[in-house]
Amino acid sequence: MKVLVPIKQVIDANVRPRVKADGTGVDLANVKLSINPFCEIAVEEAIRLKEKGKASEIVVVSIGPAKAQEIIRSAYALGADRGLFVETEERVEPLAVAKVLQAIIAAEQPGLVILGKQAIDDDSNQTGQMLAGLLGWPQATFASKLEVDGDRATVTREVDGGLETLALTLPAIVTTDLRLNNPRYPTLPNIMKAKKKAIDVKKPEDFGIDITPRLKVLKVSEPPARKPGIKVASAEELVKDLKAAGVL
Amino acid sequence: MPDYHAPVDDMVYLLEEIFKADGVFAELPPYSEVNVDLARTVLEEAGRLCSNVLRPINLSGDIEGCRLENGVVTLPKGFKEAYKAFVEGGWPALSLEPEYGGQGLPRTIQILVDEMLSGSNLSFGLVAGLTRGAVETIEAHAPADIKSKYLPKMIEGTWSGAMALTEAQAGSDLGLLKTSAKPRGDGSYTISGSKIFISSGDQDLTENVIHLVLARLPDAPPGSRGISLFLSPKFLVNEDGTLGARNNVNVGSLEHKMGIHGHATCVMNYDDAQGWLIGEPNRGLNAMFTMMNAERLFVGVQGLGLGEASYQTASAYAKERKQGRVPGGKETCTIIEHPDVRKMLLTMLSFIEAARALTVFTALEMDKEKTHPDAEVRKTATGLIALLTPVIKAAFTDFGFETTVLGQQVLGGHGYIREWGQEQFVRDARIAMIYEGTNGIQAQDLVLRKLTLDAGAPVGTFFAFISETLAQAAGQPATAAIAQRLKTAFEQLQATTKKLQAGDFANATDQNGAANDYLRFFALVTFGWLWLRMALTTIAKGEAANSRDKRKLALAEFFTSRILPQTASLAEQIEAGSKPLMALESDAF
Ligand SMILES: Cc1cc2nc3c(=O)[nH]c(=O)nc-3n(C[C@H](O)[C@H](O)[C@H](O)COP(=O)(O)OP(=O)(O)OC[C@H]3O[C@@H](n4cnc5c(N)ncnc54)[C@H](O)[C@@H]3O)c2cc1C
Repeated sequence: MKVLVPIKQVIDANVRPRVKADGTGVDLANVKLSINPFCEIAVEEAIRLKEKGKASEIVVVSIGPAKAQEIIRSAYALGADRGLFVETEERVEPLAVAKVLQAIIAAEQPGLVILGKQAIDDDSNQTGQMLAGLLGWPQATFASKLEVDGDRATVTREVDGGLETLALTLPAIVTTDLRLNNPRYPTLPNIMKAKKKAIDVKKPEDFGIDITPRLKVLKVSEPPARKPGIKVASAEELVKDLKAAGVL
Repeated sequence: MPDYHAPVDDMVYLLEEIFKADGVFAELPPYSEVNVDLARTVLEEAGRLCSNVLRPINLSGDIEGCRLENGVVTLPKGFKEAYKAFVEGGWPALSLEPEYGGQGLPRTIQILVDEMLSGSNLSFGLVAGLTRGAVETIEAHAPADIKSKYLPKMIEGTWSGAMALTEAQAGSDLGLLKTSAKPRGDGSYTISGSKIFISSGDQDLTENVIHLVLARLPDAPPGSRGISLFLSPKFLVNEDGTLGARNNVNVGSLEHKMGIHGHATCVMNYDDAQGWLIGEPNRGLNAMFTMMNAERLFVGVQGLGLGEASYQTASAYAKERKQGRVPGGKETCTIIEHPDVRKMLLTMLSFIEAARALTVFTALEMDKEKTHPDAEVRKTATGLIALLTPVIKAAFTDFGFETTVLGQQVLGGHGYIREWGQEQFVRDARIAMIYEGTNGIQAQDLVLRKLTLDAGAPVGTFFAFISETLAQAAGQPATAAIAQRLKTAFEQLQATTKKLQAGDFANATDQNGAANDYLRFFALVTFGWLWLRMALTTIAKGEAANSRDKRKLALAEFFTSRILPQTASLAEQIEAGSKPLMALESDAF
């Protein structure tokens, strides 16, 4: 079975994002960019399926600006077999990404698609769901456990108040949650091999898909600074204040 | 415990913008496919391992220390798992020979990874460093059958290496060593003797420990010309490469020491242990010394790495800790607003970034020395490396130690408290000034041997680099003051150098007494040179200069105005000669 893993490059989780002076977005110049942590978990899960003999080939796909190609190499270093990069300098929205993926899936015919549940830059949490809708495939989001047996997948997902277990018929869409696995570190030999491996580069037009954004970003701003706290003299006063604030 | 962030951006800046490493690698056939982009990826991944796996066990390892029970050495909790991750990642093989399973990457990348290992967990990093030293020695001097028997496992990291030179009566002067080696008649030798202070003499991370032991053959001449090198493993190795019987290589005790508590420093007893000769009889010191430059560069970088680690904590702390007010201020300020605190941080940083630059410069020369097709280039590189090795070993560890003390000072009382980690860096940094040849011995090496090597050719080449950078700076108003300060110090250095090479001080006593001050003098001017280079790079960018470039310019200004003038004092101290040192009778002490 072929597993397709769509991945995204985002601002590194350890970097403190800064908003551009003109309020049009987050400043990404000279900032460390990395593979989205949920996508990394998706790659790891695909590798584990391959190690267990459940997957035969792992194809990673990314859509983004030219420099985002790096993450295909990061995925190669972890163990992905083949990479497809769709290059565009345009801001891509979840629906556009889902449509491009739909076209790629039509050509690649994977048995399973694993995506991150969301990208930590815009936190949209939409692509997997939209892709399942476009394809008419079953989906299981926020997976914390994934088991594949023949043409069926069993997915445990974290929901409010407990765990939910779903059975899906493949092909299907699975999106990863944080606790699905702990991604490995790439090995040095694999890092070096990854540098030499070819990447298939395409443009959105190659799939006949219009990726023009449908949403307009009006303004991006820093969250308001935290207001300083106050000291209260007694528990009674605290209760009174909390009541006044409407939280009790 | 504070985090460690691998300074990959600064490393890449040096490779890319200051030393144009892509151009250098392109000229070196084995590295034709290496470039800065690959270096960045490798450094980032190594950095992740250092931050996430090695740093978390640094402080706990220091507190727990190593144990010896019934002859078995146990390292602190977590070291075994971390070592497993390190080996599975293929990191021990980074710069080693592909013929035996190494990845064959340049030393330049290796030494930058070494900085991270030292900064995140020196006790751990030493294990890999010692194994590499042993591997390189075996590679250069052992017969083919020994190489194929030992190297693959060592390069992989399943077996480790140890270097056993020092004995109770033989430290700086290895000519005094007594351990003996007698032929068994089957091509192997019986080794008997006791060694002290042996790093990684044993541990529980690897299946076998391969000792390289200096010993004397029965007919050996006395002194340093009668020393041979032997390989003696903890477990004998069968013909098929599997482990055989235990060899009589035993840990007598663990040394109780000031720092690197997570590293086992052993008294080793070779009780009629079996060993094999590596290299020619009586040429053991020479065999060891082929690896010396690389080892000393590695030890120097330990000072740099710990300095960086200490700086990271200190600068973060200074931006948060509130004490006092700025003049005329109404509110309590963070301590980074105080000029004296800034001076400490800038002193740290201006050493760290210049030292890292000198590391990259020297490591690139080492890669050229090993692989450049042109013999002339290789020869120049050999001279430069010989000259710079003692400077790097001693200056980086002296300044590195001072840097960790400043980093401790910035935290005030918390600098003295264990959980912040700053006092551990001070203790860990201290050893690097002592082992691998004390800094005193390094200074002797620089002044007595390296200044006059090849009739002074290497020092001439090096000084020509400085002159060239000064010439480039001529007519650049933005760096005029920086260049002028360097010029003043450089002229003094040239004058003092002449006196030590062939002038008033060219006698053993004056040289011995001047060496330490001279080495520091030399290092300060070298740092000044690198700061001018970085400043010129910033200026050349004009409007395109980014925040890092501007920071470099400010640091160049700081270093040349607030640190470099120390050279005037050093010049004057040296000028006083050895007379004041020798005036008192030894009995008067
Ligand atoms: C933690 C630790 C780990 C070590 N690891 C190893 C190891 O793995 N393998 C190994 O073989 N050894 C190891 N050593 C030993 C170390 O290399 C020696 O301690 C060091 O070389 C100094 O030798 P010494 O202690 O005998 O000092 P000495 O040689 O007695 O020196 C004492 C002082 O005299 C000075 N001095 C000596 N000769 C001269 C001279 N000619 N001119 C001017 N000054 C001079 C020295 O600079 C020093 O300040 C280790 C030591 C320690 C503490």
